[in-house]
Amino acid sequence: MEYLDNIRNFCIIAHIDHGKSTLADRILEQTETVAKRDMEEQLLDNMDIERERGITIKARAVRLKYKADDGNEYIFNLIDTPGHVDFNYEVSRSLVACEGAILIVDASQGIEAQTLANTYLAVENDLEVVPVINKIDLPSAHAKEVKEEVENVIGIEAMDAPEISAKMGINIHAVMEEIVKKIPAPKGDLNAPLKALIFDSYYDSYKGVIVYVRVKEGTVKPGDKIRMMASKAEFTVVEVGYMGAVELVPCDELKAGEVGYIAASIKSIGDTKVGDTVTNAENPAAEPLAGYREVAPMVFSGIYPADGAKYGDLRDALEKLQLNDASLSFEPESSVALGFGFRCGFLGLLHMDVVQERLEREYNLDLVTTAPSVVYEIQFTDGTTKMIDNPLNFPDTTLIDTACEPVVNAHIYTPSEYVGNIMELCQNRRGVFKDMQYIDTNRVDLHYELPLNEIVYDFFDALKSRTRGYASYDYEIMGYFPSKLVKLDIMLNGEVIDALSFIIHADKAYERARKMAEKLKEHIPRQLFEIPIQACIGGKIIARETIKALRKDVLAKCYGGDITRKKKLLEKQKEGKKRMRQFGSVEVPQEAFMAVLKLDDE
Amino acid sequence: MSNPGLYIHVPFCRKKCPYCDFYSVGFREDLAEQYADAVLRNLRYYNERYDTVYFGGGTPILLARHIPRILTECDIEGSAEITVECNPCEMDKETLEILFNAGVNRLSVGVQSASNRELKALGRAHNFEQARRAILTACEVGFCDISADIMLGTPNQDHVSLVYNITKLCELPLTHISAYLLKIEPNTVFGKSLAAGLRSPALPDEDETAGLYLSAARMLEGIGFKQYEISNFAKGGMESKHNLKYWRREEYLGIGPAAHSFYKGKRFAVARNLREFIESPRQIEVITDENPDEIEERIMLGLRLSEGIEKPHWERVKNAFPLIPEKYYKIENERLSLTAEGFLVSNEIISTLLAHMEDL
Repeated sequence: MEYLDNIRNFCIIAHIDHGKSTLADRILEQTETVAKRDMEEQLLDNMDIERERGITIKARAVRLKYKADDGNEYIFNLIDTPGHVDFNYEVSRSLVACEGAILIVDASQGIEAQTLANTYLAVENDLEVVPVINKIDLPSAHAKEVKEEVENVIGIEAMDAPEISAKMGINIHAVMEEIVKKIPAPKGDLNAPLKALIFDSYYDSYKGVIVYVRVKEGTVKPGDKIRMMASKAEFTVVEVGYMGAVELVPCDELKAGEVGYIAASIKSIGDTKVGDTVTNAENPAAEPLAGYREVAPMVFSGIYPADGAKYGDLRDALEKLQLNDASLSFEPESSVALGFGFRCGFLGLLHMDVVQERLEREYNLDLVTTAPSVVYEIQFTDGTTKMIDNPLNFPDTTLIDTACEPVVNAHIYTPSEYVGNIMELCQNRRGVFKDMQYIDTNRVDLHYELPLNEIVYDFFDALKSRTRGYASYDYEIMGYFPSKLVKLDIMLNGEVIDALSFIIHADKAYERARKMAEKLKEHIPRQLFEIPIQACIGGKIIARETIKALRKDVLAKCYGGDITRKKKLLEKQKEGKKRMRQFGSVEVPQEAFMAVLKLDDE
Repeated sequence: MSNPGLYIHVPFCRKKCPYCDFYSVGFREDLAEQYADAVLRNLRYYNERYDTVYFGGGTPILLARHIPRILTECDIEGSAEITVECNPCEMDKETLEILFNAGVNRLSVGVQSASNRELKALGRAHNFEQARRAILTACEVGFCDISADIMLGTPNQDHVSLVYNITKLCELPLTHISAYLLKIEPNTVFGKSLAAGLRSPALPDEDETAGLYLSAARMLEGIGFKQYEISNFAKGGMESKHNLKYWRREEYLGIGPAAHSFYKGKRFAVARNLREFIESPRQIEVITDENPDEIEERIMLGLRLSEGIEKPHWERVKNAFPLIPEKYYKIENERLSLTAEGFLVSNEIISTLLAHMEDL
C-alpha cells in the first residue's frame, strides 16, 4: 500500500505559550498550503477567545503537502489538540488519531505539567515523540539543559532535537524533515470493515454535523451507510474530504491511514461523540476502537440572563453552542433570586469560562452566574443514593447518612523554590500530600490528593500567583470519598439568597462565610435602609456584616438650569437599578454575585 | 407667571477655581466687549419679555461695564428680579454702583466660607474679611437682596468650623444663602489630583458630610433662613424667583456659551465655545431633550423643593413608597415632599421612584 508511505499523521504537544500555534503557522507556510497573504496570525486557532488567550479550545486539523529533501511529496495531517486539563479526553482522542507527536519545549522554561501529561499520553498510545526546542532566540534560552531534562524526564532521545524559533522562523525546515524521517507512516487494511475514529466534530448550518475522523481500517465514500458504534446512530454519507487550510476539500473516498471529514446530514452533534468509532452499517466491524468513554461534566453552575426578558435568547445561544460542543450540558432551572436560567455542566473551569465568554461576546448576553459546584454523592439514611450538582437540592443534614465529594490526583510541577508556597496552598485546600519527586536538579513534581471543589474556584490563579507563574498542574479524578459537607446560605435583610448558597466542607465554612459577607458588603452599594448580611448553616448564623444606610448622594450645584445633565445622571441611576437584582427592598448589583465567586485566599 | 426667565452665562474668570467645571475662559476686556455685543444680537433675535434675569458664570461681575447696555436692550417687567453673581474680589463700590444704577436688584456673592483656612483649601483668591466688606459695601450702595454661596463638605471643614461659618454669616445683611455640597468633578484640578491618588487633604467622608449638611440646615433655619430647596435657604419671601423657575418647570432662555434653556417645550444648550458664540450671528443651540416627559421632570425637579409635588404626580410613583424609609418623606396637604435627611439622599430616592413609575 504505497499511498500510506507518504502520509504523516501528527499532532503538536506544547504547554500554553510555548509556541504551538506559531509553529503550526510556520509549518503551514513551509508547505505553502496557505498563501502568505491569506495567513491570518495563528490560523488554526480560529475562535476569538482562543486567539486572545493563546489556547486551543477545540481540536482542529489540516492537511498539508510537503516536498521533502528526499524528493518525495508527503501528505502531512496536522491535528491540533486542546492544551488544557479540562479537555484531557479530547486530547487523548486526537493523539490516537496520529502516529507521532511533535513535543515543543520552551528553551527558557523547560517541561511543564500539562506537556508532560500529554507526552505520557502520547507515549502510552505508542506515538513517536519528536522533541523540538523552541524560542531559542530568547536571551534566557538554555537549550542544552532543556534537552537533558527531556531525556531525563520523558526518557526519549533529545540531543539532536531541532533548536528553533517559530516566531522568527528559524530552523523550521529541520522540523519538517524530522516529521518525514522520525514519524512512522500509518498502517491499515484497506479491505477490512470500516473503522474510523471521531476526534472532533462541529455543526455547519448547510451540511449538518461535520465529523473529523482518522480512518484506521477500510474505506468510506459518499453513498455508504455508516453507523456510530457507541451512539448506534446511522446515516448515509453525503460527502467526504480533507481539511484544507482555509476550507474543506471534498474527495472521492477516505482510505485507511488518512485523516478527513465525513458529512452525512447529521442533525445532532450528540450523535457524533468524540472517541466513537464510525463503521459501515452494512459491513460492520466486530469491535469498536478502544478508548471511547462518555464525557461527564465535572463542574456545574447556574447561568442566568441579567435581563430576565433575555431568557429565550440565552436558551437559543446555549443550543447553538451545544451544536459544536457536545460536552456542554444544560437544563432549565429557576432561582428566587435570579429568575429563570439554566443549570449548565462543564468539563472544568476553563470550559466554563470559555462558554460564558462566548455567550457574552458572540451572543451579546449579560449574564449572572452562580458559584460553580461539583457533583456530590449523597447517601441517605433510607439507603438511597443521589448525585447532587446544585446546592439548592442539598438535603437536610438529618436525612444524610454519608456525603461524598469527588477527589482528584493532582500533579504540580514547579521550580523547587516554590514548594513551600504550594504546600501551604494545598494544605489550605484540604490537600493530602502523597509524594514529591525531583524532575531535574531544580524542578519538582508534587503529588497531592485534592478535593475537586477546592480547585474548582480559583486554584489555578492561586497557584500561578504563588509561583510567579512558573508552576503548572494537571489532575485526574480519583473517585468519591466521604466528607463533612454542609450547605452555607447567605441572607440579605433576613432573606436567603438562593443563588449564593453553596456546599462546602464544614471546617472551611466559617472562613468562607466571613469572606463572602465581607465581599458582599464591599460590592453592595449603601442603600436607603441598613442591610444586614448574614451567613448561616442550617439556620445558625456564623458570620455577619452590616451595610450602613446611605447618608448622602451628591447635591452639586445644578448650574444655569442644566437640567438635562442632572436628568441623565438620574436616568443612569434608574437604569442601574433596573439591572440590579431586587430582593425585597435590597438591590444587589451583578458585580456582587461575580465578586463572591472570586474569593482569593491570599 | 407667563414670561420666561433670562439666564446669561458670562464665561469669564480671572482664575479658575480648582473645584469648578463650569465653562469659563480667562478675562480679557476686548473679548468681554465682543461677548456683550453677541449677547445683544441674540436678545434681539428672541425679542421676549422676561420677568427674571440672572447673570451667572464664570464671574459675571467682570462684565459690569456692559451690563447696563444689555439690560437696556432687554424687555424686562418692572417687578423683575435681576441677579448678578459676584466674586468678592471684584465688588468695589464703583462697580457695584454701575450694577445698581443699571437696575440690578439682587447679588449672589461667592463667599464660600467664613473660614480662611477653608477658603485657602478651596483655592479661592479672597479672604473672609474681603467678602464681609464687599457685602457691606453692596448694602451701602443700596442693594437689599443679597445672597451668599457657601460650600459644605470642603477640605478641612468640621462641625466647629461650620458653626463658626454660620455665626459669621449671620452677622451680615443677607436675605438668602445657597449651601452646596462640594462635588469633585473629574475635569477639575481637584478631580485630577484625586484620580492621581492625591486625595486633597482632609475631605470629610460621606457620614461627616451628611452631618455637616443637616447641621447647616438646622442652624440656618434657626437664624431665620427657611429651606425652600435642597441647597437654598431664604428669609421670608426672598426666595430666588429665577432659581424657582428651574424647579417649577417654568420657561427660561439661556444666552451665552454653555447656557441652558427650557423654552417652548424643549430643552437645549449652547456649545461651550466662546469664539463660536462671538462669531456666529446667532448662538448655536443643540437640543438636549426634544420632548421631556412632564411627570418625570416634575417628580425629579419638584422633589428638590420643600413645597414638593402634587398628588396627581406622586400617585404615579407610589408603588415605590415601601422602598423608602418614612423619615425621608412626608405627605402634607396632598403634596409629597422630602425631609432634610431625604434631600441628602434625593438622587437615590428620586431614581427609586422613577424606576417604579407606573405607566398610564
